[in-house]
Amino acid sequence: MEIRIAHLYPALLNIYADRGNIICLAKNCQWRGIDVVVDEFDLGKKPDWEAYDFFYLGGGQDRDQLLVCRDLAAMGSGLMEAVEAGAVLLAVCGGYQLLGEFYRTAAGETMEGVGLFRAYTVAGQRRCIGNVALESDMEGRRLTLAGFENHSGKTYLRDGQQPLGRVVAGFGNNAEDGTEGIIHKNAIGTYLHGPLLPKNALLTHHLLEKSLKHRYGPDAVLTAVEHALEDEALDVAVRLARR
Amino acid sequence: MMDQIQESRPVMAAKVALAKTVAAASGRAGHSGTTLPGGVIAAIDKGVIGRVSRWLPEGSVLVSATNGKTTTNAMIADILAREGMKVARNREGANLAAGVATALLKDASLTGRPRSDIGLFEVDEFALPEVAKQCSPRTVLLMNLFRDQLDRYGELEHIAERWRSAVMSLGSGTQAIFNADDPLVAAMATLRQDRTLCYGIEDTAAGGKVMQHASDSKYCTVCGNPFEYEIFYMGHLGKYLCPACGYSRPSPAIYAEKLAFDGMRGSRFDLVTPECTVSIKLPLPGLYNVYNALAAAACAFSLGIGPASVKDGLAAFSAAFGRVEQLVIEGKKVVMLLVKNPAGFNEVVRTLLTEPGKKSLLMALNDRIADGRDVSWIWDVDLEVVAPEIESAVTGGTRAGEMAMRLKYAGVDQSLLKVEPDLREALRQALRRTGEKETLYVLPTYTAMLALRQAIHQDFTTDRKLGDLVWK
Repeated sequence: MEIRIAHLYPALLNIYADRGNIICLAKNCQWRGIDVVVDEFDLGKKPDWEAYDFFYLGGGQDRDQLLVCRDLAAMGSGLMEAVEAGAVLLAVCGGYQLLGEFYRTAAGETMEGVGLFRAYTVAGQRRCIGNVALESDMEGRRLTLAGFENHSGKTYLRDGQQPLGRVVAGFGNNAEDGTEGIIHKNAIGTYLHGPLLPKNALLTHHLLEKSLKHRYGPDAVLTAVEHALEDEALDVAVRLARR
Repeated sequence: MMDQIQESRPVMAAKVALAKTVAAASGRAGHSGTTLPGGVIAAIDKGVIGRVSRWLPEGSVLVSATNGKTTTNAMIADILAREGMKVARNREGANLAAGVATALLKDASLTGRPRSDIGLFEVDEFALPEVAKQCSPRTVLLMNLFRDQLDRYGELEHIAERWRSAVMSLGSGTQAIFNADDPLVAAMATLRQDRTLCYGIEDTAAGGKVMQHASDSKYCTVCGNPFEYEIFYMGHLGKYLCPACGYSRPSPAIYAEKLAFDGMRGSRFDLVTPECTVSIKLPLPGLYNVYNALAAAACAFSLGIGPASVKDGLAAFSAAFGRVEQLVIEGKKVVMLLVKNPAGFNEVVRTLLTEPGKKSLLMALNDRIADGRDVSWIWDVDLEVVAPEIESAVTGGTRAGEMAMRLKYAGVDQSLLKVEPDLREALRQALRRTGEKETLYVLPTYTAMLALRQAIHQDFTTDRKLGDLVWK
């Protein structure tokens, strides 16, 4: 079996050690005997959208996100079509914002987003920084997730959109409505930045299983591996967020 | 004019006396007294740095960088001491404006006149514009900018922007020194007409062809297109050129060549200045310490100090607080290597690889404010390269589990890992797992280092008098 991962803009969107998520996906494939291909696509390089099961976008500096924003617009709708066809996508922090409808800066200028997520972001006054924990309903399965957030943009979901989870401790999408992130089909946007996947082993499992199903059909099953160390790190992160 | 600048003697005397009283009181209260007194005065008097530092006969030197400012500052101090100069210095960690003010006030007589000849201050990257504005320095040494604790400092580009404005505001009499190999820093040299000096490494054998993962500033500082690198020395430091606009690394006037490394014991290189070439023997390991020594040498050169003091000062140098400290604990050799951010950690990893054989490690990851609350950065460290050489790793600190997990994903077998958040216990276990003839490498973040020193002081017998090494 094989899973193909497209890492979009790794040179520009890598501010919070986003590489940790890629390392995590690759290792989890290896441990299960699944072949894994990770291809990187920087500015001006367009993937063959149908060839990949998993797309990843990290966070970047403001200046770099602007460059990516223009490039993404020029890429056309390939990424959206891939997601509509069931491909998995994880977009973190800046990547999450870029895939929304728009970003409105403090000066009132509007930057058009891809519109893959039915959500929009406006510049906030206060930076949301700290450990964050949430309760997530992943297709009927309750998951506790934790990570670190650092963003000034406030993201609002359109009516009827499903958040990744409910904030237990921390700020989340906008520090107002208790939501964190978004789920649309197999695409997830979140402010839990950088290496979110290693300590959220059940989320990793979920995303990889969806990737397998994307490639091999609905009967494909991902075998389990032990994740005691991961759970221990998660428990500590949840505890720190609650403090 | 004078009465605007110079306040009445009784007022200044009262402030200096207050600062000294606060320093003594905070010392008694168990604090180090390195920042509080200046903070008290600075709170009531914004101009105190300028008013005291202007009387220093040899002026002030400011040193700033993401990595290496404490070590470089200590190297410059040793070189200045060899010239017989009396130096007013801030202690490491106390590197905001209040820390600089404290150092100046502690040094001053009751009339507010410094007793020392020269001021030498390490300055926090974020605080640089404020301190530079207040003290009109004789020399400003700008060494490097790497991604650091994002939750504290924000984006690297924001720090760079602050540095640019600081450089533009420097007076015409200030000597500004830049690291030519860091494109983000070197580009700032173009913001000044004259009195700039660049230093760098000229030794392609000391670098690599592949960039480390935690690298920043891959894009041209002038036009935004990707740089081409002939060589990478450390992170994004190297020999670079922009194929689009032609901007390239400035030629350094002071450089190191013929680098030779001898593991943990140190390195040798030839220091070339416009006046002479001196062979330098440095008792600290790693390329990053060559950069520190080179920066110190460039600073000494700008101050008109001859090569003999530079050579001797560097040869006799011993590590600053927790940076490559070597000691013997319970009969076992221990090397403590502070790790604060991906670039610094990568250099420590690279230095470990210069020592042959399997390694016994204690990795201590805290997430207190001084360490950075966000521990994401350990995933930007290339731990994969050292993983095959790890014989045993105890992880300690508030994020011991996260560190162990990072090692697992780097390829370390879980049976070699032990998670022990309590640092005293972690140290005990790490020593137990280290063989009689082996070395234990301790890699702590900042507050973990402080806690470990305390543990060493309380629980173990060592070859060194730890009084001055322990956080008081």
